Amino acid sequence: MNVTWFFMLGAMLTAYTVLDGYDLGVGSLSLWIAKNDDERRLALNSIGPVWNGNEVWLLAAGGMLVVSFPRVYAAGFSGFYLALMLVLWLLILRGVSIEFRNQSRDPLWRALWDAGFWFGSILLAFLLGVALGNVVRGLPIGSDGYFQGTFALLLNPYSLLTGILTVVVLAWHGANYLRVKTEGALFERAVRWSRTLWWITVAMVIVVTVATFVVLSGTPHTFRVYPVAWVIPFFILVGLVWGFLSRGADRSAAAFRSSVLLIVALMLTAALTVFPNLLPSTTNPQYSLNIYNAASSPHALRVSLIANALGMIAVAVYHTYVHRVFHGKVKLEEGHY
Amino acid sequence: MNEAVFAHRIQFAFTVMFHYLFPILTMGLGFFIALFSTLHLLTKDKRYADAARFWAKIFAVNFALGVVTGIPLEFEFGTNWSRFSSFGGGVFGQTLPLEGVYAFFLESGFLGMFLAGEKRVGRTLHWISGLGVAAGSLLSGYFIVATNAWMQHPVGYEMDPSGAIHLKSFWAVLLNPYAIWQYAHTINGALLTAAFVIGGIGAFYLLSDRHREFGMLSVKTAVVAGVILSLTQLFPTGDLNGADVVRYQPVKLAAMEGLFDTVQGAPLAIVGMPDTDTGTLIDPIYIPDFLSFLAYGNFRATVAGLNSYSKDLWPPIELTYYCYHIMVGLGTLFIGQMLIGLFLLWRRKLYSSRWFLWTLMFAIPFPYIANEAGWLVSEVGRQPWLVYGLMRTPAGTSANVAAGETIFTLMGFAGIYAVLSILFLFLVARIINRGPQEDASARA
Repeated sequence: MNVTWFFMLGAMLTAYTVLDGYDLGVGSLSLWIAKNDDERRLALNSIGPVWNGNEVWLLAAGGMLVVSFPRVYAAGFSGFYLALMLVLWLLILRGVSIEFRNQSRDPLWRALWDAGFWFGSILLAFLLGVALGNVVRGLPIGSDGYFQGTFALLLNPYSLLTGILTVVVLAWHGANYLRVKTEGALFERAVRWSRTLWWITVAMVIVVTVATFVVLSGTPHTFRVYPVAWVIPFFILVGLVWGFLSRGADRSAAAFRSSVLLIVALMLTAALTVFPNLLPSTTNPQYSLNIYNAASSPHALRVSLIANALGMIAVAVYHTYVHRVFHGKVKLEEGHY
Repeated sequence: MNEAVFAHRIQFAFTVMFHYLFPILTMGLGFFIALFSTLHLLTKDKRYADAARFWAKIFAVNFALGVVTGIPLEFEFGTNWSRFSSFGGGVFGQTLPLEGVYAFFLESGFLGMFLAGEKRVGRTLHWISGLGVAAGSLLSGYFIVATNAWMQHPVGYEMDPSGAIHLKSFWAVLLNPYAIWQYAHTINGALLTAAFVIGGIGAFYLLSDRHREFGMLSVKTAVVAGVILSLTQLFPTGDLNGADVVRYQPVKLAAMEGLFDTVQGAPLAIVGMPDTDTGTLIDPIYIPDFLSFLAYGNFRATVAGLNSYSKDLWPPIELTYYCYHIMVGLGTLFIGQMLIGLFLLWRRKLYSSRWFLWTLMFAIPFPYIANEAGWLVSEVGRQPWLVYGLMRTPAGTSANVAAGETIFTLMGFAGIYAVLSILFLFLVARIINRGPQEDASARA
């Protein structure tokens, strides 16, 4: 049951990274890739009907963390206090930027929200990567199960690297998404960006992989005990190779699928690296919060798994439906942005 | 009180009270949007379609702000109240994620379809999505109130010898008896607020002689719904929610009423200022024996006063007392105002009584104040408990977050929310200014 919950949360966060990942990526590229007002509106229209729903996956994952592993939620959220408040403000800035841009035609007004959208997106991608890096690296959790996450602690070289990796991977993912959703000059620019970002992604994946072995001083537990787990990181390679093969302008759908695969493989690899811990402690491995000592009672886990899994099936159906309704290239006249 | 505890409480109070300004309206307005689109489907009258579309636009702005200001609250359970989450997450956390998973997706999905318009999605699906918006917002409210009700009256758990609590019954938590009337009272308050907003904006159009048909429909809807809702706000929802307070939280009741001494045949204080040093009300006006009747249905019943409880069990008396009296006082005025409106409607003078339309327009802020005051009674009156009888408020904070950090981010929220308020008012004013007519060309 505890293991199931671990992978349920892992799946939720992976779904979030894949889904919100492309709209964060579009945002991170927006100032460079979309040059004039029409193109910026096209970029916004491509994510317009879905970005809000995508974000809810993060919220749902947070809510499920409360009920399944309350001690992890308590330690993580209070420990990352200032960083999370920053994340909240960026989420607000980004949401407001997307929704308010079209309220006036004034060029200054639009420039303001364009900048807000770009800044909120790229910094959010970076901070989420930093957070993930710190979880993999471990946190100074004490015997009481809490830690105090100052910026001096959180912004260590390893997590800065994972932050950059996240920005790069999501930007590549976003460029691939724009390849699928747009036409004309914007499409051609997306193809060029996608090619460049592929090279940077490869470089960052190599750097972070090496850094991970250095930081963890060796192979993570799960991979030593279950060698079959190496299948998952192998898919990182598959994703990258597939991405390279899909660099041609006529293979945009395949390019998008390859970045989805890469993100799924990266997230699952990170999950397997920390498993069975959720928040490893650098002070003393015994203080680590794992899927047993941080969990709710078995009854609570069982009940909430049923209630939430049913809900998530409904959400997945709904999400697929919305993506289908809004599938295909975006045109200017049909949107609101 | 410890400074860090105070900072956590102020931060949560500020962010939750600001957030609640938006769902008050969306929970109520969802129902009226569903009502108007159903009436349109039945009568084919275009006025109802215009009304549904207009209120859906107001709804959308409120919904967006409700979402962005709601996210911080979910975070704050962990960032500010980590020891509470660690203690009770397995129990109260049952209802919290369900809000996101079931209600929120329903609401946001159907709202997107509803706003896309009848031409895009077809008549029946458009109508269904109107109902879906209403259902989603009402359901979302229930999960949140059920979570709060667990803090008012914890149920469905068992405690092991170490003092940790575990879930015993999911259904007991979901169907907490305290939640039922608290929810009814909350939703009734939201519906009443929506009626006042509809009436107030309708009155504005009539007074400024624009969109007369829409204004008349709005004012009429508001008055008819308002009479019913302002009465049901008092009875049965308010009365029975109060009965739960009498049963489970007698100290809160004594603080609400400013009752210090235990007396047989307790009087009801209409006005008066509590003096906690002497344990009296200053300049009170009483109705003799009436509090005993309200609390126990018997004029000679004995009601326990604050002095019969240890002072460390007292909630902050003044805030609880005033908020309760503000809520009840405004509720009484609402009944009076709406009855006058009904009388004018009956005499066919409603749309020409400019003085009444002025009062209706200026009434818009007051249901908001009454709703917020009601929640203040509920939450401040729950003190010193975070979970009633189980966990005191100072024991639930994040001990690893300093007061300085909390105050710093509180200032950040204050600044951001000030900007959001200005943007919100600007957007709503634009929608009102454009009016309810179809405006396919206006957007670009």
